[in-house]
Amino acid sequence: MKHPNEEELIAYHGGEVLRRDAIAEHLTDCPECRAELERIDAVLAALSSMPIPDPGDDYGERVWRQIAPRLPERRTPWWSFAGGRGLTAGWFTPRRWAAVGAIAAVVIVAFLAGRVTNRATPEPTAADVSAGNVRERVLILAVGEHLGRSEMVLVDLANAEPLDAKQKQVNISAEQRRAENLLEENRLYRQTALEQGDTGLANILDELERVLLDVAHSPKEVTPVQLDTIRQRIDTRGILFKVRVVGKELQQREETSAPVAKPDGSTKQERNKT
Amino acid sequence: MKRMRQSVETTGDSDAIAVEQTLAGDRDAFRILVERHSRNVFRLAYRMTGNQHDAEEVVQEAFLRAYQKLSQFAERANFGTWVYRIAANYAIDRMRQRKSEDAQREPAGRPSEDGIERDPASLVPDAAPSPERLAQSEQLAVHMRRALNELTPAERTAFVMRHWGGSGIEEIAEALKSSSSAAKNTVFRSVQKLRRSLEPFMERRGQAKAMGTEL
Repeated sequence: MKHPNEEELIAYHGGEVLRRDAIAEHLTDCPECRAELERIDAVLAALSSMPIPDPGDDYGERVWRQIAPRLPERRTPWWSFAGGRGLTAGWFTPRRWAAVGAIAAVVIVAFLAGRVTNRATPEPTAADVSAGNVRERVLILAVGEHLGRSEMVLVDLANAEPLDAKQKQVNISAEQRRAENLLEENRLYRQTALEQGDTGLANILDELERVLLDVAHSPKEVTPVQLDTIRQRIDTRGILFKVRVVGKELQQREETSAPVAKPDGSTKQERNKT
Repeated sequence: MKRMRQSVETTGDSDAIAVEQTLAGDRDAFRILVERHSRNVFRLAYRMTGNQHDAEEVVQEAFLRAYQKLSQFAERANFGTWVYRIAANYAIDRMRQRKSEDAQREPAGRPSEDGIERDPASLVPDAAPSPERLAQSEQLAVHMRRALNELTPAERTAFVMRHWGGSGIEEIAEALKSSSSAAKNTVFRSVQKLRRSLEPFMERRGQAKAMGTEL
């Protein structure tokens, strides 16, 4: 064949199929075209060696944090709510219990924001201070319980084993359902903590949310290797330890604030420093 | 749902589940997709735009658009390819806009000699560089950035998608909103332009190296 032109050689280099065999055969006999192909390769190889800045391991998380507030909520289709087996049957599925938990969390959050019990007044009265203390205690109790339940899921997952030694897979569907149930309320508490300026608590809840998401979106049955990967992710983040520490801290805060409430938020400030 | 979970073996399957859950109203399922594909989309966006700030903007916009158009997306296991294409489309618009802004501002306000931001981390060459090698790598990097910046947005997109993203001609044509033959021609033109810009420098560098008087 006659010499392939530049366009054909570039296409050949890029994996073009058309006339590939003929060009390959020509290249074995033609040093001129081989040299031309090498020059094309040298330029493309040099360009491929151009480094790209590493955006960091947490880049995906950062992108999510930036776009999440801009994502509109999607409406859940009514048939999904009904569970597909009649309107009442749907209420008894685990997902519906998650919804009940989330509704409870919404009520608590609304209460904390003062939307249910109180309206903001220009001059805080003694009753307002008292109501504020009650709200803080409710938050401490609710988040404390939520962290306790989350801790139990993580501990159960850490100890999960096959029911039978002969089984090659571990069923973690129960832990998954519990993680799913905890996700929505976790999100609400995180947003509340953020709104109240408790960034320390919000950060812990954010980390917990990622772990709960990982668990909720894992396969129902996992191999020991997959389970180890999930455990390693939990260990790497040190989330179990953090959840325990914050849980204890909230417990102490609840105990100390029970008789005489502290409106200064000193514990919150301490955690925000870390 | 149970049946779907049991079949999870690959990223594609897992992506498909996350897409379904997002469409069913579980907004957090979209987080999985964002965290899984952001770095890949960033690599494409950086190569297309040539700077980190624009690349990050492209990544965010690509995922926002993907979320908005998710219900129109049929091949759910190929979420990565789809969001990649959305990013490429947006990056072309961004580059055109940037070129037009730069043209209006010329000559003041250019970020650097070749119009592309310097990222010190991106200029570090391979292991144990001597000062001379560092200087050469820096010079070559400047030439390569300049050559890439001289391409039109369509040529740069075609080049990045073909040679770095491994995209097929049809996919490139879709991103460029052109015919396959026009896309093929754009790929060729981009490589041809890059060769014309870089080969003289690379040849001089090769000769100097052979003579022991490196540039």
